[in-house]
Amino acid sequence: MGKVVYEKSAGLTDSPMSYCPGCLHGTIHKLVAESLVELGVLDRSVLVASVGCSVVAYQFYNCDAVQAAHGRAPAVATGIKRVSPESIVFTYQGDGDLAAIGTSEIIHAAHRGENITVIFVNNAIYGMTGGQMAPTTLITQKTSTSPKGRVENQAGLPMKVSEMMAQIPSSYYIERVSAHNVPNILKTKKAITKAFRNQIDGKGFSMVEILSTCPIGWHVTPVEATKFVESAMVPYFPLGVYKDEGEVRS
Amino acid sequence: MKILMKGNEAICEAAIRAGCVGFFGYPITPQNEVPEYMSTKMAESGGTFVQAESEVAAINMVYGASAAGARVMTSSSSPGIALKQEGISYLAAADLPCLIVSVSRSGPGLAGILPSQSDYFQATKGGGNGDYYMPVFAPNSVQEATDFVQKSFEVAERYRTPVMVLIDGLLGQMMEPVEFSAPNIPQFDKSWAVGPRNGRERNIRNSLDLSPESLEQTNIRRFKRYDEIIANETRVESTVQDGDEVVVVAYGTSARIAVNAIEELGAAGIKAGLIRPITLWPFPNAAFQNLPASVKHVVVVELSQGQMVFDVKLAVAGKLPVHFYGRNGGMIFESPEIAREVTKIVRGE
Amino acid sequence: MANLLTFDTARCKGCQLCVSVCPKNILELDMSRVNSKGYNPIMCRDMSACIACAMCARICPDSVIKVEKDVLGEG
Repeated sequence: MGKVVYEKSAGLTDSPMSYCPGCLHGTIHKLVAESLVELGVLDRSVLVASVGCSVVAYQFYNCDAVQAAHGRAPAVATGIKRVSPESIVFTYQGDGDLAAIGTSEIIHAAHRGENITVIFVNNAIYGMTGGQMAPTTLITQKTSTSPKGRVENQAGLPMKVSEMMAQIPSSYYIERVSAHNVPNILKTKKAITKAFRNQIDGKGFSMVEILSTCPIGWHVTPVEATKFVESAMVPYFPLGVYKDEGEVRS
Repeated sequence: MKILMKGNEAICEAAIRAGCVGFFGYPITPQNEVPEYMSTKMAESGGTFVQAESEVAAINMVYGASAAGARVMTSSSSPGIALKQEGISYLAAADLPCLIVSVSRSGPGLAGILPSQSDYFQATKGGGNGDYYMPVFAPNSVQEATDFVQKSFEVAERYRTPVMVLIDGLLGQMMEPVEFSAPNIPQFDKSWAVGPRNGRERNIRNSLDLSPESLEQTNIRRFKRYDEIIANETRVESTVQDGDEVVVVAYGTSARIAVNAIEELGAAGIKAGLIRPITLWPFPNAAFQNLPASVKHVVVVELSQGQMVFDVKLAVAGKLPVHFYGRNGGMIFESPEIAREVTKIVRGE
Repeated sequence: MANLLTFDTARCKGCQLCVSVCPKNILELDMSRVNSKGYNPIMCRDMSACIACAMCARICPDSVIKVEKDVLGEG
């Protein structure tokens, strides 16, 4: 027998992903699931699913899950973690959920330094509802509610969530990564693992922002979508560690 | 042993003695003594206290903590309860138990902070989306408030539903002697809770269901539980007896005042009985069936422009005239005022 | 010595992200087949050229690809 270099993670169920072809939600789910398995915490992990395309993420993760109202996942996660501190609690939220309707909940969960892990998937659009403009939609980017492209004097500039979260005194670890190619996928995995390690170690609030794609909403092929991330998203949403109190304090 | 306690604080003490281990709230008058008391006492009892960033966040923290199997509660007042309605709908849909204490003020909008009963619709008809109900206890004293807080946790966990205790600012702020019973809440199965699995099948607490066939069955199952709640948990106090000409209907604070009005009516030669709904949902419809033939009028008195009166009309089903008298905006009627209005009705003035 | 890619073709949605990252350019859609989802699934046209880098499997959103190294090697 050969050595298995890669196979489907035990952290995922056998349920086929319901996402559109080439959508990187599936790829990111794999990284989260692999991290939970490798850290040995899958059987005490609780996913808080949000609203958007990943609303059904509870079907895919092989762990307990609670489905939250739109934007409220960090509050739901707070409730779970406070009464069940031995649980490894993580939210999985898109840019509509976290950066629009859920700004209050995400900011204050970080402000309280909740010992939770937030996986924030930024694909610059509302995917589930049919491709509307998100807070992170880029200037000139066309969506179904910015049909001529996002205009600054109408919608403002795209929200930079990691930069904002890093300013919150009690946030512990904030990193922006991208899932658009394999080298970045490897970095994303490292960031996710670190964010969960922080929770296991009781360090507090960790958020990993992951740039992702929406081929259907962007009206491009999956491969073209990855090129858009590289050429348009990464320049506006620079990758890197925005805050790591572990580095600062050690 | 009876001790003198403010309503809002007695509610907290009752909850802690009933095994409540988590409180998630947000300041709003006139319920601020609840989060204030809990901030100290939850820490002392080893529980969790979080002052949330909003009522919306607080109810969603309750949702998460309840999903993890903990006995938890929140409290708020009128505009804050309005903000919690989304979360209450989700709690109902995910079959999650919790206690919501509503210390109502006047409305609509920001309105005033004085006692009012204009949140009857909000409590019993729900502002959240979808087909659901929530049991609502309406105590008329600090003692009842403590008793129903403890009963609420039992009802919530037995039937897996959010439960509300609805008082107004008057009951929340007044001090009365109160005795805490030894709460005897059974251990209910919580194998549905999320958390460390230790090998069990995974648990998912959820309200999403994109299959209409399955969603319809889920909702029908929930309504079968509602039928059990209606059969087992409906509460009412009635003093109506043969010979009464008029039935006065009131709950909570209004009922306290109505009791005095009925005495005054009796002294003036008008025989009146009181029906006091204690659960507002389920509404005690049976109390309005088979009223004595002597009863010619039903008068509903509320500290609102008339909300419970609609449930009374449904219960009376056109068999008797149903009248209404109310004050609102924080104005509170006195018993002679009620007696005068009832007298006018009885005498056809 | 040979490496092996195993495809769970029923899960494949034909997105071709794997095709785009393969350094050996040996993956392509199998236009002769349609899976139960209605997609032409992925296939490898030259397994002998595979270096088991697993780039294809890592980017695949649908966990279609299992990668094994040295299936017939190591004695």
